[in-house]
Amino acid sequence: MNASPATAPLAGPQSHSASLSYSGGGPASRRIVVGYGFWIFLLSDIIMFSALFATYAVLSGQTAGGPAGHDLFELRHVGAETLCLLFSSYSCGLGALALERRRMSAFYINFALTFVLGAAFLGLELGEFAGLTARGAGPSRSAFLSAFFSLVGLHGAHVTAGLLWLCFMVAQVAARGPRDFVRRRLLCFSLFWHALDIIWVALLTLVYLMGAR
Amino acid sequence: MMGKLNWDAIPFAQPIPMAASLIVTLFVFGVLGLATWKGWWPYLWREWLTSVDHKRIGVMYILLGLLMLLRGFIDAIMMRTQQAVAAGGAQGYLPPEHYDQIFSAHGTIMIFFVAMPFVVGLMNFVVPLQLGVRDVAFPVLNAISLWLTASGALLINMSLVIGNFARTGWLGFPPLSELQFSPDVGVDYYLWSLQISGIGTLLAGINMVTTILKLRAPGMEYMRMPVFCWTALCSNMLIVAAFPVLTATFGMLLLDRYAGMHFFTNDGGGNAMLYFNLIWVWGHPEVYILILPAFGVFSEVIATFSGKPLFGYRSMVLATLAICVLSFTVWLHHFFTMGAGADVNAVFGILSMIIAVPTGVKVFNWLFTLYRGRVRYEVPVLWAIGFMVTFVIGGLTGVLLAVPPADFVLHNSVFLVAHFHNVIIGGVIFGAFAGYNYWFPKAFGFALDRRLGAVSFWCWLIGFYLAFMPLYYLGLLGMTRRIQHYSELSWQPYLIVAEAGALIILCGIAATIAQLVVSIRTRERRRDVSGDPWDGRTLEWSTTSPPPAYNYAVLPQVESLDAFWAMKQRGPRLPAEHYETIEVPRNSANGFVTALIAVITGFALIWRIEWLAIIGLVCAALTLITFGWIERHEDHVSGEQLASAERARLRPPGSA
Amino acid sequence: MRTWAKNRVGKLLRPDRSRSDSVALHQYCKLGVFRLENNGVHCLPPQGTEDHHRGRARCASLCAAACLLLSACHRAGVIDPQGPVASAERLILLNATAIMLVVVIPVIALTLIFAWWYRASNPRATYSPGWEYSGHIELVVWSIPAMVVILLAGVSWTSAHLLDPAREIKATIKTIHIEAVALDWKWLFIYPDLEVATVNELVVPAGAPLKFMLTSATVMNAFFVPQLGSQIYAMPGMTTHLNLLAQHPGDYPGFASHFSGDGFSDMRFIVHTVTAAEFPAWLGRARGEGRVLDAAAYSKLARPSSNTPPETYGSVDPNLFEHIVQTAAPGARAADRPAATRSGGAPDVED
Repeated sequence: MNASPATAPLAGPQSHSASLSYSGGGPASRRIVVGYGFWIFLLSDIIMFSALFATYAVLSGQTAGGPAGHDLFELRHVGAETLCLLFSSYSCGLGALALERRRMSAFYINFALTFVLGAAFLGLELGEFAGLTARGAGPSRSAFLSAFFSLVGLHGAHVTAGLLWLCFMVAQVAARGPRDFVRRRLLCFSLFWHALDIIWVALLTLVYLMGAR
Repeated sequence: MMGKLNWDAIPFAQPIPMAASLIVTLFVFGVLGLATWKGWWPYLWREWLTSVDHKRIGVMYILLGLLMLLRGFIDAIMMRTQQAVAAGGAQGYLPPEHYDQIFSAHGTIMIFFVAMPFVVGLMNFVVPLQLGVRDVAFPVLNAISLWLTASGALLINMSLVIGNFARTGWLGFPPLSELQFSPDVGVDYYLWSLQISGIGTLLAGINMVTTILKLRAPGMEYMRMPVFCWTALCSNMLIVAAFPVLTATFGMLLLDRYAGMHFFTNDGGGNAMLYFNLIWVWGHPEVYILILPAFGVFSEVIATFSGKPLFGYRSMVLATLAICVLSFTVWLHHFFTMGAGADVNAVFGILSMIIAVPTGVKVFNWLFTLYRGRVRYEVPVLWAIGFMVTFVIGGLTGVLLAVPPADFVLHNSVFLVAHFHNVIIGGVIFGAFAGYNYWFPKAFGFALDRRLGAVSFWCWLIGFYLAFMPLYYLGLLGMTRRIQHYSELSWQPYLIVAEAGALIILCGIAATIAQLVVSIRTRERRRDVSGDPWDGRTLEWSTTSPPPAYNYAVLPQVESLDAFWAMKQRGPRLPAEHYETIEVPRNSANGFVTALIAVITGFALIWRIEWLAIIGLVCAALTLITFGWIERHEDHVSGEQLASAERARLRPPGSA
Repeated sequence: MRTWAKNRVGKLLRPDRSRSDSVALHQYCKLGVFRLENNGVHCLPPQGTEDHHRGRARCASLCAAACLLLSACHRAGVIDPQGPVASAERLILLNATAIMLVVVIPVIALTLIFAWWYRASNPRATYSPGWEYSGHIELVVWSIPAMVVILLAGVSWTSAHLLDPAREIKATIKTIHIEAVALDWKWLFIYPDLEVATVNELVVPAGAPLKFMLTSATVMNAFFVPQLGSQIYAMPGMTTHLNLLAQHPGDYPGFASHFSGDGFSDMRFIVHTVTAAEFPAWLGRARGEGRVLDAAAYSKLARPSSNTPPETYGSVDPNLFEHIVQTAAPGARAADRPAATRSGGAPDVED
């Protein structure tokens, strides 16, 4: 055969089919390329968050005579938000696995649950924001509050985008079935949704737990 | 209803801005009218505007860069003329509020819309070809990136006609750029156009990193990748790591301006130095984003035209990676004069100098690539040699500026201006033109005119030295940057020389345009039928010029570094026996439509026309949903088509 | 050849255990002798030329010649220092340039020589089409820049500490405290100990250490007198420190060196350096003739205007500087600050 085992154990020179993921054996498969590219996007997103985290760290003491974190944060409220988001990630994972196994009703149930939990998180967050603004602690009150609203709000914006994307994905699964390109997108969506969890955990620690003291 | 927009936004009463507006408007409508009159629209739409072919996209990026170079250079000439006349008590011909816009626009345009599109375009065109694959990882996303960059460029030029541009310098430092001190729309034009093009650049970076890491021809291991691919990889990793910081920073300034927040304001606890830190965390890697691909171009050019492999390939790769990592550790050297303290200044000064080590290694390796070579003096080599001489001078002054006490007296002076023009013109622009002349025959199937290419090079080289050596000296005399007039008459002769230098560079630009026009007219004589006009070493020269949409009928099997050179050593190439049907991505209007919406939304946000902004955002969401909903189908090229094309190309000599 | 040059240059670099620095300085500046020592920049009275070590300073004289050539036509700015800080900074500038030129000049020469000799049309040139690696050359190629950078890193570390702007200068004459405020677009200088203030003009005695505290009442700015040395940012709500010394009587131009808006180009001032004996006379005149800088006068002064003529205030609230820092400081409410109007760039007309 034309394949030399030493240099290209998986592919001969002529076989360059797109299904190979071996780096010496030519281009990776579509699924790997899409997943990888989306990972890099998520990394860049995390870097954007890190710039806001750094800003928050610098400005968190600059309350300009206004309220500080320990005057504002209610850990019980934040705990409820955290539970919603973490459980939504769990159900998202179950839903994605269900789709891989073609168990469609499990997929729909889990994704509906993910949506409800995500929406609940968002509702709680908006409630917190409205409460703060009503107490005169809006984003233009001080540098600390600007940084707080921007950092938490950016995460909230991501969750909002995620919920819209979720609806889109459910519609697409319903219309197109678990086809390859649909499953690739769902992979990206789950990565996105889990990444929001990671950011939230950092946010919870650095903003709420450290700020409430 | 129309936000801040009213008839006062158009500078009817000011002759110079009005003339500029008229020229831009006439140019845009002239081009659009010509295309309509000649009936080019269907062709343009089909072959270019909706193309997702990485080669076409690369070409369009470079075209954008060249066009914006003209705009940015007009600003440069205006500035140099102002400083050449405004000596003693004279005020020159540009009042401060106009002059300030010009230097802000010059810097912004030259970095974001000349240098960036040029290097991104080169990478787009070359990298998939050099990797031996058919396209980038995400072809449609690639088109979106291009068109978002173009949207930013369009918005920034709209500020010439409607309203005004920022008067805050190319980095828009607060508090000057805050609403309190810059209440007009200039800073908003700056911020929105850079946000839009920045997202395009970020997406391009993600695309290219994925392409290089996941799509390579069979057998192309990391240490068999051409050096240009390595530099492109590092440059794009820097884009992915640095541009989100820029987006976040501009986002915060926008929130300050639009939502009354207090990130960088004087009041409410804001901290302007935070902006300085954040913007330079992006800004310093940015210069390496620009220079690394240029280093890659020079590596390819010097090796090819010396007829030798690049000396010390492993060193080169290591040096590139070292620069990539180190570039994130030096941002503070841009503001030693903040008074951060001796330890902090010294550490950042030394870290900055350490970057000179891998950079120096690269220069030496190019030197030893020339050594015992057989150097053919084609136009790209002229740029490369000009670069090597010029760039080490820029490196010298750069290391000088990294010594904190030296920076204390040189910071913000025209010495600094001369330094970064020295590395950006002598490095990035020379690299861009070397790459342009080098890969032009691959892109279009005919070579550029040599004589006019040489004229362009010599004008740029001489013009550069005349324009910037006086500035180095004036910096030592204590001339600060961005001054609209000055009292010292003794500076004037030097500034007149600098003006002359700028005019010579203008001749160089004219020669570039003439070179393009002449070469197109005489293209039949310049046809490259071999696909390998320079006796190249890397895979892009193994396919036809211009390459087919699918680049390679069969993905090449890579067995060593300089893969094509090794193939040529093994003897003439023959067509394969069997060709499989391949997929090529189908055109998509996604990029163009996204850009259109981005321009409208950006314009609405700049002028605070709420209803239009909301419509724009809704349209953007709808576009995303619509294009996401349509299942993409690929076009196919059958094995028979490929076989006949390849047989025609790889006919053994003499059998015709 | 390279080692020789490096040794020569190395001698210039020692943060003066030997006398070579002061010799070099003496040659360059024809000023008094300024020594960089670990406990700060010292200003000594001019000495004779007895520590002229010709042999040691050959490289220095090369630099001096270049410097002289440059400054032959016009003496000003960074290359014409008039104080110990500026002199030391110019010395560092020249030393660092000399160290790098040792490598840069051969590199440029070799580039041109290789490019010319190995041209394709030269039949006498050797062609080794496969030669791409040599461990020895790689070693040299990495170590040359590394050694230069190690050398320069030493220069950076010591000089960054010796010339830290916040480091005080010791001298026999009493230190003058100056509080500088960047306004749109002029400089306000307050002498807190003397309770006088000036605008766009600084009068100081020669030989006295000048201890600056700087802030801005508007956007960011930077204070720079090239002939005296280091510039430093003036930032709203923050205070920076700078120490300078003018050695001889004379007028030295200073200006804002960080772009601050439309009136930036005219944000200039003169440092009138008078003899220590003349200074009290100036002070007396200022106190006698100058106006009062009270809250009303300050708020009028703080309005944007450009091309402001120099002015002297005979008395000033000693807490004004602190007040300016505080109103812009983090923690101040938006309402506490007067709204600045700077639109249009037209200088504000006095009402």
